Amino acid sequence: MEEGCAEVAGIDDVARALERTSGGGVILTSLDAIQDWARGYSLWMMPMGTACCAIELIAASFSRFDFDRHGSIPRPDPRHTDVMIVAGTICTRMAPAVKRLWDQMPDPKWCIAMGNCAVSGGIFYYDTYSVVRGVDQFLPVDVYITGCPPRPESLQDGILRLREKVRAESASPSRTREIEGVLPLPSDAPRGEAGESE
Amino acid sequence: MNITELREYLCTQYPDLCPLFSIEFGDGVLTVPSDRLGEAMCSLKDLGFDFLGMLTAVDYGDEFELVYRLRAREMHLGLFLKTRVPREAPHIRSVTALWPSANWHEREVFDLFGIVFDGHPDLRRILLPDDWVGHPLRKDYEDPNIIRRPDYL
Repeated sequence: MEEGCAEVAGIDDVARALERTSGGGVILTSLDAIQDWARGYSLWMMPMGTACCAIELIAASFSRFDFDRHGSIPRPDPRHTDVMIVAGTICTRMAPAVKRLWDQMPDPKWCIAMGNCAVSGGIFYYDTYSVVRGVDQFLPVDVYITGCPPRPESLQDGILRLREKVRAESASPSRTREIEGVLPLPSDAPRGEAGESE
Repeated sequence: MNITELREYLCTQYPDLCPLFSIEFGDGVLTVPSDRLGEAMCSLKDLGFDFLGMLTAVDYGDEFELVYRLRAREMHLGLFLKTRVPREAPHIRSVTALWPSANWHEREVFDLFGIVFDGHPDLRRILLPDDWVGHPLRKDYEDPNIIRRPDYL
């Protein structure tokens, strides 16, 4: 049992060794392709639904939107899941429980903040004593979905964005690509052809 | 039985409660002094009010008003019971012995208003973390973590 765990923990060492070997990149690329395909198309979700966003999350799971076709199956057990979807308002009393569920999820794991409450506190941002202003205060959020509540299509877009991010990962840290955000900041370089002026 | 019949019934059974009973907006309201709460509650339970649906409080500045919503399921009747406690010493008798559903409601009122229910089996905070300071639904509650909404929003 312990030897098996040691093998899993050694994947990074193998990746580093492959990078140094001539021709190892081919193996690494194939390995990444399999890994990213497997991870990206089986994003089982932990439905952390605490408020009305959970209704949209439930709607997304059933036949009209059918997230099974993306490989996103809701599982009630955090130990079975890859992505935690925080759908709803998180109160100060609830935050430790959410953190504990997050800690129970096995790596690799991702987090989607669904809805304005999970993103920033939403309508509870001002004049409220008990609401956490965004789950990114205690969770590493990968995808933010705005809306009050967001449509299931928005959640679908979030899952697909997350899949892009998952597929950009590599067994070797130096090969992991950065995925740019959906909305560029004003300080970012304009998209499209470099040097193109208007 | 409707609400006027309830008043007559209450007046024949418990004449001392009769002057405290009033009908406001079609609902029976029994306003009792806080030291007579236990007595009134026992009488109402004997009368058939076997279900405590809700229990809450209102901050009126120098005193708190406690509001109990009682229901008599066989008579199809509802009744409000109100009592006031002073802000300096907010103590009231617990009714968990009569209606077990009062347990969590009284914990909530204790949590958010700081009203102490004497005789409650397990009086501690229920909605807020245990180390919370203050009682947020009091009008004079101040918390530095609250972000006030600016005037232009």
